[in-house]
Amino acid sequence: MEKTLPKIEIIEKYCKGCHICVEFCPTKVLEMKGFYASVKNLEACIKCMQCELRCPDFAIKVITE
Amino acid sequence: MAFDYDKWLRPGKLPHIWCPGCGHGIVMKGLIRAMETLQLKKEETAVVSGIGCASRLPGYIDCCTLHTAHGRAAAFATGVKMAKPEMNVILVGGDGDGTAIGGNHFIHACRRNIDMTYIIMNNYIYGMTGGQFSPCTPTGHKASTTPYGNPDPGFDIAKLAIGAGATFVARGTAFHANQIDKLIVEAIQHKGFSVVEILDDCPTTYGRRNKYKSVIEMMNRLKEVAVPVKAAEKMTAEQLQGKVLTGVLYKEVKPEYIEEYAKVIERAKAAK
Amino acid sequence: MSKKVAFLQGNEAAAHGALYAGCNFFAGYPITPSTEVSEVLSAELPKTGGKFLQMEDEIAAMAAILGASLTGAKVLTSTSGPGLSLKQELIGYGCIAEIPCVVYNVMRGGPSTGMPTGPSQSDVMCAKWGTHGDHPAICLVPASVQETYDEVIRAFNLSEKYRTPVMVMPDEIVAHMRERIVFPEPGEVAVTPRKTPTVPPEQYKPYDTSFGDVPPLAAFGSGYKFHVTGLNKMADGFPTTKADIVQAEEERQVRKVDANIDDIVTFEEYLLDDADVVVVAYGSTSRSARYAVNVAREQGIKAGMFRIKTFWPFPDKQIKALAGKVKGIVIPEMNLGMCSLELERCAQGKVPVLGIFRVDGEPINPDQILAKIKEVK
Repeated sequence: MEKTLPKIEIIEKYCKGCHICVEFCPTKVLEMKGFYASVKNLEACIKCMQCELRCPDFAIKVITE
Repeated sequence: MAFDYDKWLRPGKLPHIWCPGCGHGIVMKGLIRAMETLQLKKEETAVVSGIGCASRLPGYIDCCTLHTAHGRAAAFATGVKMAKPEMNVILVGGDGDGTAIGGNHFIHACRRNIDMTYIIMNNYIYGMTGGQFSPCTPTGHKASTTPYGNPDPGFDIAKLAIGAGATFVARGTAFHANQIDKLIVEAIQHKGFSVVEILDDCPTTYGRRNKYKSVIEMMNRLKEVAVPVKAAEKMTAEQLQGKVLTGVLYKEVKPEYIEEYAKVIERAKAAK
Repeated sequence: MSKKVAFLQGNEAAAHGALYAGCNFFAGYPITPSTEVSEVLSAELPKTGGKFLQMEDEIAAMAAILGASLTGAKVLTSTSGPGLSLKQELIGYGCIAEIPCVVYNVMRGGPSTGMPTGPSQSDVMCAKWGTHGDHPAICLVPASVQETYDEVIRAFNLSEKYRTPVMVMPDEIVAHMRERIVFPEPGEVAVTPRKTPTVPPEQYKPYDTSFGDVPPLAAFGSGYKFHVTGLNKMADGFPTTKADIVQAEEERQVRKVDANIDDIVTFEEYLLDDADVVVVAYGSTSRSARYAVNVAREQGIKAGMFRIKTFWPFPDKQIKALAGKVKGIVIPEMNLGMCSLELERCAQGKVPVLGIFRVDGEPINPDQILAKIKEVK
């Protein structure tokens, strides 16, 4: 079965650059790009939603089908 | 699908006031998911707080919200709930607000077992005023007012709540985000006074004084110290050294205050 | 049909006055000499489905009534000196968040524990200046059991009309003496309802001044959702530090009372038309003052009495007018000269203000007042 990828939306005006999402992503999908979190490797995303759950700033949305 | 937090947030209020890496936002998201799970009606739900960083939470939630004075959330909330028992009343606040200046209201709300839920974000410090030690700051730790280490022993909030008569007591952490809403759901569903302590991080005023190099180190500490109650049953006392139990720690069925007062009303009417 | 008559204490009358005004929520903490209010209401409120709470402390009692008031309840707490000190922060909360409530405070000796069973009038300044920051203050000082009943009703009405805390402060003598009281029939005394919003919930703002200086207050649980805070706030109830809004809101809160002084201030003028000497008195002290004025008149001295019924806002206008007519003002009070300061301020040096100040737990007797009347040349 073909893997469907989510859309990961980073809302930069809410992101405070805390690194939580980047550090605790189990498949290292995210990285810090300057001040903000950013998607580095969407292919690796397993849709565990931990980044969305742990973002203290409502700055990440993991949009799945 | 991404969770729709916007449905429960007041428009135009983000970004919130909390510092980068502060766990209060994680707790607020947990609360919102719990409110959504329970399909609470916004107009019939009151979120009540005291003063401090955590107590700024109600301003963001789209329902009836009451940001009271320092320590007084439980007493205001008791008035709201007694006067309008059909409302869902949820208290939020920090460790200083709830266990120091508000300690008396806290233990008496527990004692009455009035049907409200109290979410205490315990980050071991007074954050908003700049990092003074709270009744939950561990002994020996540094705060802006314990430059040589804290001589005070800290409270165990859960034990305090159980001892005072709360009938549902749970503990989670800001790291274990997906557990927060589940604990809050169970707490709100519980008939009686329920307390959910969330171990939280304050990188700005606690972390940097206590040799935490980053938010991530603080989060990792929460991850490491937390032991679910079930897992703890199989662990030795030695293995549990320095650990903190998480999950539902205590639950009992006891007469609830609103129901007991309804009986007072019945007796008064009969005596008329 | 003859009216219902009873022989009651001031404190008991206060409780019954509250019930007449529609009080359906009371929270208190036991303190001498005000406990009878709690005792009566613990028995009476549940009979009609009302709620009585004995809280863990004075602060909690004040907090509980503010919380209850936000759900639309008509609320009362009762206390005395030390309790009033403890409640002060939250009285300020009621002022800034504009939450109607009535605080009944029996004045006993102070400061601190002082003389719990002795009468005093030393909380009158605390009623205005007790909480920090600029804020409106309304304080009523009844002088009889009947008046305590009537003024508690009026306090509820003023509190609803101006959306602010109102204090009723009898001294311990008025609170504990027993007198005949005639209860009004239901509907005989007007009861002011709370001004609630006419706009739909999505348009509602709790401090919307387009409805005047006293914006309508919705109730939690009535379909309206809004934010309440003790921070300086905007029309929508959310905190602000914008200078112009903070200034305007603070001024409006105070203006609610200041612009309506004539509606709020009440007083009694006794034999003042031709008076050379006016005794200004309030509470139980005015009863000695009336006796002294009568005796002075018998002795050919043109004395009269101005009895303060509303201590705050202070009857500035009336006192200023009197100061232009009389040769001297005598002020007996059970403190070391609190009302006296206000009188001096209003008299502006035109006439002497002679005080009789007692803080020994004994009432001021007519002989003392008569002697002072005679000192006015």
